[in-house]
Order: sequence, then C-alpha cells, then structure tokens
Amino acid sequence: MDFISILSIFVLACFVGYYVVWSVTPALHTPLMAVTNAISSVIIVGALIAAAAAGVPAAKWLGLLGVVLASVNIFGGFAVTARMLAMYKKKERPAPKGEGK
Amino acid sequence: MAMQPVDTADLSLAADAAHAVNPWVAAAYLVAGVLFILALRGLSSPATSRAGNRFGMAGMMIAVVTTLVTHELATLGEILVAIAIGGTIGFVIARRIAMTAMPQLVAAFHSLVGLAAVLVAAAAFLNPDAFAILGLDGNILVVSRIEMALGAAIGAITFSGSVIAFAKLNGNMSGKPILLPARHAINLGTLAAIVVLTALYALSGDAGPGEGWTFWAIVALAFAIGFLLIIPIGGADMPVVVSMLNSYSGWAAAAMGFTLHNTAMIVTGALVGSSGAILSYIMCRAMNRSFISVIAGGFGADSSGGGDAAKVDRPWKRGSAEDAAFLLKEAENVIIIPGYGMAVAQAQHVLREMGDQLKEHGVNVKYAIHPVAGRMPGHMNVLLAEANVPYDDVFELEDINHEFAQADVAFVIGANDVVNPAAKTDKSSPIYGMPVFDVDRAKTVMFIKRSMGGVGYSGVDNDVFYMDQTMMLLADAKKMVEEINKALAD
Repeated sequence: MDFISILSIFVLACFVGYYVVWSVTPALHTPLMAVTNAISSVIIVGALIAAAAAGVPAAKWLGLLGVVLASVNIFGGFAVTARMLAMYKKKERPAPKGEGK
Repeated sequence: MAMQPVDTADLSLAADAAHAVNPWVAAAYLVAGVLFILALRGLSSPATSRAGNRFGMAGMMIAVVTTLVTHELATLGEILVAIAIGGTIGFVIARRIAMTAMPQLVAAFHSLVGLAAVLVAAAAFLNPDAFAILGLDGNILVVSRIEMALGAAIGAITFSGSVIAFAKLNGNMSGKPILLPARHAINLGTLAAIVVLTALYALSGDAGPGEGWTFWAIVALAFAIGFLLIIPIGGADMPVVVSMLNSYSGWAAAAMGFTLHNTAMIVTGALVGSSGAILSYIMCRAMNRSFISVIAGGFGADSSGGGDAAKVDRPWKRGSAEDAAFLLKEAENVIIIPGYGMAVAQAQHVLREMGDQLKEHGVNVKYAIHPVAGRMPGHMNVLLAEANVPYDDVFELEDINHEFAQADVAFVIGANDVVNPAAKTDKSSPIYGMPVFDVDRAKTVMFIKRSMGGVGYSGVDNDVFYMDQTMMLLADAKKMVEEINKALAD
C-alpha cells in the first residue's frame, strides 16, 4: 500500500471515530475509556512482528516485552470493561411492591 | 544479453513485495478494524454494550492470530509465554480492582500502551528488515523514519504522562499542581527540540538499522516532556488529562500502523485518538475552560481565589440525620447529586439503600450527574451502576436541570463546584461560566460535607452553604447516609 491510501484509511477512520464516539451515551464514558484502551493495544501486532523475527536479539527482546505489556492491557482492558458493563441494569418494570403511597 | 540491471529491478520488486501483502491478510486486518468500530458503536446504549465488547475481543483475536500465522515464527514458545504472563496479570488486576480505583487503573493501562509503542518503534529501529521498512540504500525509508519517530515520541509522552497521572490519582503524589519556574518555555523548547531532531533523523544520510543517536534523543526528550506536561495539572483536572492521554495512546498506535501498513492499527488508532479528543472536549466544555488553559496547568494551586472577600462569618444551618430523614420522607421529588466525595467515602451502596427506602415511602428519586463529577468521564455512573442503581434513574446535567424548581430536596453528596451558583453570577469567580446544577431552586438543599472549613477543588466558597433553605450535614458521607437510613427505617 502506498502512503496516500494508508492516509486515506486513517482520515476516513478519524471521521468514523468522530461520529461513533459522539453517539456513545455519557453514562458509558468510563467503559468507553477502558475499551479504547484495550483496542489500542492492537499495537501488539507490531510487538509480535518484532518478537517473531530472528536476527537482532535486542529487537526480539523489546518485542517480547511489548507483547507482555500489550497483553496486560488487552486482557485487563476487555475484562474490566465486561465487568463494568455487567453492572448497568435497567429498572425492573413490574415493581415488586407496587406504588408505595 | 547482459542484463546486469535485472538485479536491482529484482531488489526493488522484493521491497515492493514486502509491502504488497497478501490480500487475505489485509482483509483480515480490515475485519478486525471494523469489529473495533462496532465495539465502540455498541456503547451507544447499555443494552448493546456487552455485545460491543465481544466484538472488540473478536477483533483483537483476529488481529493477533493473523499476525502469528503470516509471519515466520522463530520464537513461538517465547511469544506464547509473554502473552500468558501479560494476560494473567491483566486479568487478575481487572477482576480485583475496586470500581472507585477505575481512574488510576485506566491511567496505568494508558502508560502500558505508550510504553509498548515505544518498544515497537525501538524494535523497528533496530531491526527494520523485519518490518519491511529498509530501503535499497541500506537506510530505513524516510517516511518510515518520520512515522517511527512520531510513534515513539507520542508513545513516550503517553507513558510518562500516564505514570504521573496514575501517581496523582492513586495518591502516591499530591494532587496539587507542581509549578516549575519558566515551565512554558521549557515545554515549548523541548517540543521544538523533538521536532528538529525528527527532521534531522529523517534527513540523515546514515540511517541504517540501529543507526542515528537522534532517534534515542527523541525518545528521551519525549519521556521528559510527558512528565513536565502533567506535573503542573491539579487533581480535579484529571478527567481532561486521562482523556487526553487516551487520545495520545491512539495516535501512537496509528503512527506505528503507518509504519507497518496495518489497517487494523490505523483504524484503531484513529478511533481511539478521536475518542480521547472528544472526551477531553466534553470535559473542558463542562468546566467552561479551554483545553489550552487546562493543559497549561496550575488551576487550583492558589486556594485564596474567588471573588468573595467576607466569607468566613456568614450564618449557616446545621442539620442532623434525623432532620434530614424527616424532610426526605415527606418529599415528593428528591434529586441526588453525587460527586468525587462520594467515591472517596465509598458511599454509593448506602446511598442506593437510601434511595430504595425513599422509593418505598413513595418518593420520586433521581440521580443527577455532572460531566466532570469524579476523576474521569462517567466515573459516577459506574459507581452508581456498581451499587445497583438502575441506569434509567440516572440523568445528565442538561436533561434534569429544569427539574430542580419542582424538587423538594436536592441532596448533594461529595460534590461542590458543580452546584455553585457563583458559576452563573460571579464574573470574577474562577469557575464562572461552568454549567452547574440549579440546586438553589430546590425547596430544600441538603449538603453532605466533612466540615465547613474546606472548599471545593476550585478553592471557591459556595453561596449554597449559606442559603435559608440549605441544611448542612457535616460528617463523613458514608456515615451520614447510614444514619439517615437508620432514621428512615424507624
């Protein structure tokens, strides 16, 4: 891919991000931060490439360390998001006790 | 005939081929990118959010597996061990962390993304061949040098900035701003130096694998500036800082995506980058402050601020838990306004019990949340959700503010600046122009506060304390609500 097609993807993705994020309900802004954190760890792709390559040991070790850090984030980020999202509950409509007054 | 030039043509084809990836691989990364978009889209409502999170996990799985199956793996065992170590640590932390500690957790996670970006950039610098960014002249491609330098710099800023944010949020460091003399000059000078060094590195003739001290200098300066940028910013401005660092971690991933020509990384980086930027904007708007003024720091350093000179000896009324319980029981509409103080006192569970008791008495109970309440965007919503408050009882500022005129009780617990009418009337106040709850229009205001001495983060006195209809409930938030609960049960 040449630079300009990559740039096109990037610019269009910024616009997608803009509209998608504005549609996130403010009540879920904390899970939003946690999940963006998890997905930004897709940088693990770069760390895997570095770790997988033979030849330069220093680069391999840097890559492996990157894999560890990104994995903390991926597993931690998705797990903590799932934990938070599981807490958001709707009011049970048929109130068990009826109107009090 | 003599076709000597074929060699070089072959070479250039080889370099192209390295970048012209298999279309199926490119498609897999694209699918991962789309799944990440769906993950964020799911957050438009709590009902769809859990499915969204699963889309995110699926996207990550696809990205990782695709990378592993399409690369020559010299070290699969070590990679799996690395993933297992990191994954276990992350998973255990995610299970154990208290919901009130979420802001520092997010800051800590940001720092890891930042450091990972630096490591990837450094690995690419040392072994450009593996990343297919080595030019024919034996130097790293110029455009890749710029992308790497940018990725490393943003990653380093994210790392050191997030470490400071973590220390401030976690209480390892005072939340007070630390102001160095001439800090703006130092910061701008460092930024300029990073830009100049990036240009030097890009234009350098010797930029083979691991060549060029400029790269390391860029990383070192970027670490320094992340630190310098965040130390002058005070505790309550942390929602903006955490959002901003969230955004940076995205831009760092995007920059590395450019280096790797990887669609999943570029799309994700753009999503995360815009997400953090929008959150910062929302936070700044909710404080009526410009992003620049927040980032310049120093807010809340001088607690003598505020227009009121004679503020010490004004009369105010103290109430007891019994008085509060009596009024609450008789009320028709109660609006509860939680703030950071509720999180500190861990009072969300007893607060929900109070809400439940009031509902049994036929009281209409609603919760009102200011965008900057707490230490990160949506902090209060998570805590209330943790305490089992249904999310349709929780309202945003603009949706509920007109209801205070009909409210019998506005119950302020651990919030202060977000209910200060000075923001509407006093032009000399540092919080002037900030949108606030109109609690002064409620029939009764109950204000839980530790003591009369302390003022809110902004250091501004609050006229609500001294109003006729205000009842000050001076105690630890959790204890006070527990006592109210007891009195309500009697």
